[in-house]
Amino acid sequence: MSLIQLAGIERIFHLGDSVVHALSRLDVSIEAGEYVAIMGPSGSGKSTLLNLLGLLDRPDAGSYHLEGRDVTTLSPDEQAAVRSQRIGFVFQSFHLVPRLTAAENVALPMMLAGIPASERTQRVAQALKDFGLDQRADHRPDQLSGGQRQRVAIARATIMQPAVLLADEPTGNLDRATGDDVIHLLEALNQRGMTLIIVTHDPKIGTRAKRQLMMEDGLLKSDSARPSTTVAAT
Amino acid sequence: MRHADVLRFARDAAAAYPLRTSLSVLAMAIGVAAVVVLTSLGDGARRYVVEQFSSLGSNLVIVLPGRSATGGFSPANAVTTTPRDLTVEDAAALARLPAVRHVAPLTAGTSEINANGRLREVVVAGTASTYLEIRSFKIAQGHFLPEADWSRGAPVAVIGAKIKAEIFSSRPAVGELIRLGDRRLRIVGVLKATGQGVGGLNTDEVVFVPVAIAQGMFNTHTLFRILIEAKGRNQIEEVKREVAAVLKTRHSGEEDVTVITQDAVLATFDKLLRALTAAVAGIAAISLAVAGILVMNVMLVAVTQRTAEIGLLKALGARGDTIRDAFMAEAAMLSLVGALTGYGLGLFGAFVLRQMYPAFPAYPPDWAVVAALVTALSTGLLFGIMPARRAARLDPVQALMKH
Repeated sequence: MSLIQLAGIERIFHLGDSVVHALSRLDVSIEAGEYVAIMGPSGSGKSTLLNLLGLLDRPDAGSYHLEGRDVTTLSPDEQAAVRSQRIGFVFQSFHLVPRLTAAENVALPMMLAGIPASERTQRVAQALKDFGLDQRADHRPDQLSGGQRQRVAIARATIMQPAVLLADEPTGNLDRATGDDVIHLLEALNQRGMTLIIVTHDPKIGTRAKRQLMMEDGLLKSDSARPSTTVAAT
Repeated sequence: MRHADVLRFARDAAAAYPLRTSLSVLAMAIGVAAVVVLTSLGDGARRYVVEQFSSLGSNLVIVLPGRSATGGFSPANAVTTTPRDLTVEDAAALARLPAVRHVAPLTAGTSEINANGRLREVVVAGTASTYLEIRSFKIAQGHFLPEADWSRGAPVAVIGAKIKAEIFSSRPAVGELIRLGDRRLRIVGVLKATGQGVGGLNTDEVVFVPVAIAQGMFNTHTLFRILIEAKGRNQIEEVKREVAAVLKTRHSGEEDVTVITQDAVLATFDKLLRALTAAVAGIAAISLAVAGILVMNVMLVAVTQRTAEIGLLKALGARGDTIRDAFMAEAAMLSLVGALTGYGLGLFGAFVLRQMYPAFPAYPPDWAVVAALVTALSTGLLFGIMPARRAARLDPVQALMKH
């Protein structure tokens, strides 16, 4: 059983009179523990795909099975529970809450999930230590460097031990060296068994992944795991 | 999300925008403080009047010359024409009624007191020995007017505390001769200071003389009032009826007097001033509604400013309800802190009023305090619903793009 099973996914946006097919006839399956890069030019539908995978958006047609469960038909509250327990997000612009300290930002998913404060403190301390942030626990985001911010964001994304980590241009706002550090950190998590899906337009990062999905105009142009498959053109 | 976490999250969010938070708290505080101070004023006026009337004495029935159409007290009572005068004989007849304890005739005018080389204008009240008990006055030195035939008064006077102080300073006044108008009278007593008076007549500035003396001085046979004390509280109505009947008989079958009771006067003032207090409370409550709208605006701005944060919370697994609760909690906190601050400010305002006017019991009535706090909280929550729902319904993809 695949971790992620997408079948016949369609996503259509209406912009004024025109109809934009952000995603068309998408069939992808991703196994647990894979390291996947979704690549393509802007407007190719890669971010839409990531939002669908993260249950932030719903497809207009098709089915999405996560861990064997059809998650497209779930109610908004049930989807929120799935996001809370099974999905971790890392964003290009970090998305840390500016008024909260690093520790509080990392604790946020646990607070939303209703985990008691004592357990939160313990797990946050461990996570900050693992990510080399234990000296920065009480710093607010504006007192942290870009790399530290993204490390806090990754600690937050993984604190609930999700099944899949979705990263949207995680190095987009970082310089080359810091970006490499963040990629190494994500890869280390993947090596410990976490499924990692990165959206990027940077080929250097994309090629590091074990599997590349190339998107173009809402279609899956190529899938390195299935090189023989020629995805129907237009 | 746990309740404690929702509250802490809302508190931190409010604290992160101190200017916006303090402005909406201030608006709510001013609304509540306005209700507390204004109702303190209104209710203080009511208590003041009630206290002043209570000082007239208990179980009091007052007879006024002239007929007033209403049974209660109205300004018309003060300017009625007098078809047939009240006389000392009328008063004496009333004293024989079974339910009556004391009767005191009262005639009044102004004159000059001349004693100890000093001259002063005073109010002269012609009455009888019974007046002391009806009005519950206390004697400081000497005694009150002696019991005597009302038609023949002895040349004696009892003076109020302020007159005593102004004319005689600290020297003893009892036994001194004074000149009052064209009469020479001997002082037999000094009243204790009361500091009270109704209608501008402070009893500390009055000279009491036997009614016959006063009538002689002012060349009149009429009485200004007849004061009657009933034997008990539940005999007031009986006294009122009997007095009216006796005077009707004595005045050839004409109902040409007005009999009022202290209760009726009090009830009228009480009703009037309660209505006034409720009216000012209503006006002040408008400011609470305005404050509620301000809280709504502040929360709408908060939702707009924190759109990205709401998107993030949704991505991290927050349910719509959780986000709605967090924003409602924030609106409730703004309202609660505002209401409590306003309550404190209002109490302080009432305290300042009491310091400035010690005789004026400016305390807010309980109902007004409860109503102000409940209105503040409920408007805050009510106006918090719309922004909170808007936050809960935000599309996470759109929200995350706003950064």
